[in-house]
Amino acid sequence: MSKNINTYTISIYTENNIGLLNRISAIFLKRHINIESLTTSPSEIDNIFRFVIVVSISEQNIKRIIKQIEKQIEVIAAFFHTDKETIYLETALYKVKSKSLFDEKHIQKIIKESQANIVTVSPNYFVIEKTGWRNETEKLYHSLEPYGLLQFVRSGRISVSKEPMNISNILGLNTDK
Amino acid sequence: MNKSDKISGAEAVIRCLIEEDVNLIYGYPGGAIMPIYDELYKFQDKLNHVLTRHEQGATHAAQGYARVSGKVGVVTATSGPGATNLVTGIADAQIDSTPMVCITGQVASHLLGSDAFQETDIIGISTPVTKWNCQITKAVDIPKIIAKAFYIAKSGRPGPVLIDITKDAQFEMMNFKYEKCKSIRSYKPMPDYSLKDINSAVSLINSAKKPLIVWGQGVILGNAENEFKEFIEKTGIPAAWTILGLSALPTEHPLNVGMVGMHGNYGPNVLTNQCDLLIAIGMRFDDRVTGNLETYAKQAKIIHLEIDPAEVNKNVDVDIAVLGNVKKTLPLITKNVTKNSHKDWLSKFQSYYKVEYEKVIKDDIHPSKHGLTMGEVVREINEASNGNAIIVTDVGQHQMVACRYASFKQSKSNVTSGGLGTMGFALPAALGAKMGAPKREVVAIIGDGGYQMTIQELGTIFQTGSAVKIVVLNNEYLGMVRQWQQMFFEKRYASTEMINPDFVAIAKGYYIDAKKVDKRKELKSSVKKMLNSKKPYFLEVKVEKEANVFPMIPSGASVSDVRLE
Repeated sequence: MSKNINTYTISIYTENNIGLLNRISAIFLKRHINIESLTTSPSEIDNIFRFVIVVSISEQNIKRIIKQIEKQIEVIAAFFHTDKETIYLETALYKVKSKSLFDEKHIQKIIKESQANIVTVSPNYFVIEKTGWRNETEKLYHSLEPYGLLQFVRSGRISVSKEPMNISNILGLNTDK
Repeated sequence: MNKSDKISGAEAVIRCLIEEDVNLIYGYPGGAIMPIYDELYKFQDKLNHVLTRHEQGATHAAQGYARVSGKVGVVTATSGPGATNLVTGIADAQIDSTPMVCITGQVASHLLGSDAFQETDIIGISTPVTKWNCQITKAVDIPKIIAKAFYIAKSGRPGPVLIDITKDAQFEMMNFKYEKCKSIRSYKPMPDYSLKDINSAVSLINSAKKPLIVWGQGVILGNAENEFKEFIEKTGIPAAWTILGLSALPTEHPLNVGMVGMHGNYGPNVLTNQCDLLIAIGMRFDDRVTGNLETYAKQAKIIHLEIDPAEVNKNVDVDIAVLGNVKKTLPLITKNVTKNSHKDWLSKFQSYYKVEYEKVIKDDIHPSKHGLTMGEVVREINEASNGNAIIVTDVGQHQMVACRYASFKQSKSNVTSGGLGTMGFALPAALGAKMGAPKREVVAIIGDGGYQMTIQELGTIFQTGSAVKIVVLNNEYLGMVRQWQQMFFEKRYASTEMINPDFVAIAKGYYIDAKKVDKRKELKSSVKKMLNSKKPYFLEVKVEKEANVFPMIPSGASVSDVRLE
């Protein structure tokens, strides 16, 4: 049995209910598993929500965890995917002193080459946004760091699977999608 | 609807319970649940509320009631400490799959999060130990949430549900309309089985030479005792039980080969590692059953019949999983298996039993030594009750002895705290069992340690007049812990000896007839006298101080390394 640790993206479709986040995170807590990132948002179906959770555990453990998640009353279905099986991204925001933008011509080159966007510019600071893989947002972080980052934040992973998850079928909804 | 047709949220709660055929509640009042208690007062002809002496007692009583009756146990408590006192019983019901609905009062919704008097986040606290929980802040939500609570508690693999209702929602007026919950779109209580898996199971069973069945509480919860019996009788397969499966099959059934696990019988434990097919029915491969997983039944193919998909391949990887209620799936297998008997294989269990009898059982139930043993007390209870009693046990040595030696003729007769191992369970659970099966004899067998954890429920037994028979096996030790200290900690008896009070005087203080026995010649007549009583009765038996429970699989050892001494 493989004990190899892999990164898995867990996708959970749920009803919208206060406390469900607590119930799902408790499953990881009980097993001493660290959640690397967690994002919740509406899904493609009205009033159905979607959790995207990233963990690094063994294949045996992820299978057990998925069943524990699916066991929760308000969870409609849960899936796990390896990185190869999903399209995934993270968004990072970088807040930098405006002075740097004007004084250091190099910064503009960095922004352009990394295909980042300037979100806002004010007299004191400007904000850059970069969406992509972890190594891309990290590379930009290291490029900007010498110029003084006032703030940096990165979102949790969002992901869609390559294969369909067929939630509408599970719910018995009629869709032509 | 006129304004005058409106009822309060509190009254709605009571009406919901009546709609769910509830006629008995265990609980304890307090500030945040007073509107509901005020309605209970008005509805007392329809809904009997039993005031326990501690909220934990209410949960265990509800568990005892649910376990013998198959109905949902209902508990009410106030916010804060009332709610937190439920947690042990809820956790116990969760791990032992007992259907229970707990209703707690909560501070008014505008006070939530303000650290108000007796405010506690019981939803947060109870989340990991409930099948479902929900807070209600508006009266209008009460009927549908309570309907959902009962549906969830009793469907699929049963479990506890907690509903927390703010005080303002209890006062708020609403139009009442009740509809029972029949389905929830995100919840599938009964997983689908596949005919392919049924057929694979059938062919494995047909070709097995040394098959062994281990059954658990799934047989009882599924009301599948008959289907189970038909299955084993057609296949002739020896069947062993987990502690929660006990009583699903009569003790004297020729294919009943005893208990598996840490203090289980010699044969089924050793032969688990010799069988060629292990058929697990409604059980979850608890570590107390399997011992070391690395050496558990590695030679065998394994079939797992189970209602909860999360239990499949959780601890033990199985070859075939047949999902669903065993009441449905077992007959499909029985229908297609060939009639068989496994006489030679069964005789192996009998040989091991003979060894166990000579080395352990004989001295346990027919002791030649001076001191009284727990085993002989259980034997006397068997004989005097003719194996017809419901036996409720606590946790520890007496529990293992009682489960090993108690004899049963009918199902739902064994009530014990299995998964959680909750000391203090038995006394209140016995009260619940007696109220859930009033025509049956209910005997609580309890150690002197666990007894003192919920001893105050003698007050509830006295007040309700429930004719519970209470046997305390007093060895003046926390016996199981002491046994481990003797075996694995070189007899360093750290904090396990107890200087006990006069138990008879305490029982009499609650106006309960009581007797103490310390001589063998008085035991039989004392047990008879207890069982003949129409009232609650307390019997203390002074047993040997340093007796040990064998067989034993030391923690982390293999099932086949079971020790007889």
